Amino acid sequence: MAPSTLFEKIWKAHEVVPETAETPAVLYIDLHLVHEVTSPQAFSALRSLRLPVRRTDRTLATMDHSTPTLSDQVFGRVPIKVDAAARQVRQLEQNAAEFGMELFDLKDARRGIVHVISPELGASRPGMTIVCGDSHTSTHGAFGALAFGIGSTEVGHVLATQCLLQRKPKTFAVNVEGRLPPGVTAKDLILAIIGKIGVSGGTGHVFEYRGSTIRALSMEERMTVCNMSIEAGARAGMIAPDGTTYEYLQGRPRAPSGRDWDLAVARWAELKSDAGAVFDCSVAIDAGAIEPMITYGTNPGMVVPITASIPDSAGDAVADKALGYMGFRGGDAMLGKPVNTVFIGSCTNGRLEDLRAAATVLKGRKVAAGVHLLIVPGSQQVKRDAEAAGLAEIFKTAGADWRESGCSMCLGMNGDTVAPGQYSLSTSNRNFEGRQGAGARTLLASPLTAAASAVRGRITDPREML
Amino acid sequence: MQPLRSVRSKTVVLPLTNVDTDQIIPARFLTTTTKEGLGRQLFSDWRYRADGAPNPDFVLNRPEALGCEVLVAGRNFGCGSSREHAPWALLDYGIRAVISTEIADIFRGNALKNGLLPVTVDESTAAWLLAHPGAAVTVDLETSRLTLPTGVSIEFHIEAFARHCLLHGIDELGYLRSKLPEIERYEAMHAGP
Repeated sequence: MAPSTLFEKIWKAHEVVPETAETPAVLYIDLHLVHEVTSPQAFSALRSLRLPVRRTDRTLATMDHSTPTLSDQVFGRVPIKVDAAARQVRQLEQNAAEFGMELFDLKDARRGIVHVISPELGASRPGMTIVCGDSHTSTHGAFGALAFGIGSTEVGHVLATQCLLQRKPKTFAVNVEGRLPPGVTAKDLILAIIGKIGVSGGTGHVFEYRGSTIRALSMEERMTVCNMSIEAGARAGMIAPDGTTYEYLQGRPRAPSGRDWDLAVARWAELKSDAGAVFDCSVAIDAGAIEPMITYGTNPGMVVPITASIPDSAGDAVADKALGYMGFRGGDAMLGKPVNTVFIGSCTNGRLEDLRAAATVLKGRKVAAGVHLLIVPGSQQVKRDAEAAGLAEIFKTAGADWRESGCSMCLGMNGDTVAPGQYSLSTSNRNFEGRQGAGARTLLASPLTAAASAVRGRITDPREML
Repeated sequence: MQPLRSVRSKTVVLPLTNVDTDQIIPARFLTTTTKEGLGRQLFSDWRYRADGAPNPDFVLNRPEALGCEVLVAGRNFGCGSSREHAPWALLDYGIRAVISTEIADIFRGNALKNGLLPVTVDESTAAWLLAHPGAAVTVDLETSRLTLPTGVSIEFHIEAFARHCLLHGIDELGYLRSKLPEIERYEAMHAGP
């Protein structure tokens, strides 16, 4: 048999009907994650066609995007502040009850950001196809799964048939070699990759992250990398499973156990690109040369090492517009620029390791006067773990605002927003205009950079504080 | 869905690259539970000032943009979030086709499922279109050709099955459901992941 890539193996194993020139493949979906924002219209479609959810056992629903992060609102002691968000939450509760779906509702101890809780439960596993009405579904590719975001119409397709009509994408090898220097994190790595490939360089492709650097990453770091694949235009990013993957999964509530575990690991061991497998595209990244990275513009590809200055727009109208929005000028140094808000959280950097990293900087220090540091754990489990490990205490002592889990200020749907014109240093994934609130100016960076900058009130190289 | 054969209209030009779905429809408007009425919020943060008044400098607010059904934009239109609210908002506003040198994957798929035509063209055609706002163009799905007022006609590619469904008003879910016997067979052979 011809050598094939990891992607091709998973694709082939899920072809219910292969593609032809006239028709796309019918692709089987092993796990469908559902949340409150992109599903209401899909359930309406099912209702109007009088169709059930075909495989409730392969469907997992939670609420994360528009949910409050203040405890009183989460646990019903006071009403949810944003009315429309409250309606959306109730709608999902109603849909889950009507269609017989498992739902982790607001008060559920297992609730959290959909891309944090599914791995946490052991529901995202190697070799699976995983979809969700959310572009950051690429996160689950860290487990050696084919995971990608879909629109609401497709959410309806999966609910009704457990399948999607898909054209086979192309493959793109992202080879990363070397050791990340101290103070340089998985977030800096993926920002550097996006900076190199560009925000549309991956369009039509599925990334496979490979090489010694990737092998040395923990599962949580791999999730951070795969999470932002979409920011380079790729719908999916994946990493072949290995001992790190198995160690993370073993013993999790929904991972196989006993003899099933052994059988699963034997199957998963086959999930790697064969020697000699051909990719449609490739790029080589030297991990040792990467510095802490920070964005300066209005898309994640407008990124520089933190010690660098902002590139000159060279008369480019689009770059001028971005710099104008940010209130920056070409040639300005990034270090030392003031920040008003710092957000640590999101499906990119809201896991326990991210919070541990932030705590190493915040321990024994205080948030600068006038800076709002908002720390939102990725899930209720992450929250409990962070509290048990003493991290929450470090955050609160430093003067941070410690909340219940959710997407929160990554996109500001729940009212956790940045005021117009304010600078927000954020560990999230998108610095688009208005992403964190109308007129908000977002700078993307790692949890280390975020914590260091919160302490100084200015963009700070975290290596000075480690 | 209604069959769709062609769109003939003057163009409105948004000369920006990487227009993301957060610009097309900001997240704060995603709390809706229906598809309707999103046109008012299309490009909200560019179209309106902070006080809610229309921004006269934004292309869609210029008198000549009225009634234009074809939007021309820079490279990588529709990048970012998977929100289908983006094509819903464009269609509700009255846009029926988007032309760019590159259109982001998820947006393209969402657009096709709602009858919004994503048309990818070469650099020189895009440069001509960007330089000629208000050009009367025809996007013909039946022949897969874009015709400019100069008479120049360019072939564009739309995935064969999506094109077939749009031309004949076929709902893709109906087709998928016709494959249920194959899906059941697949499930019987693959007990678990």
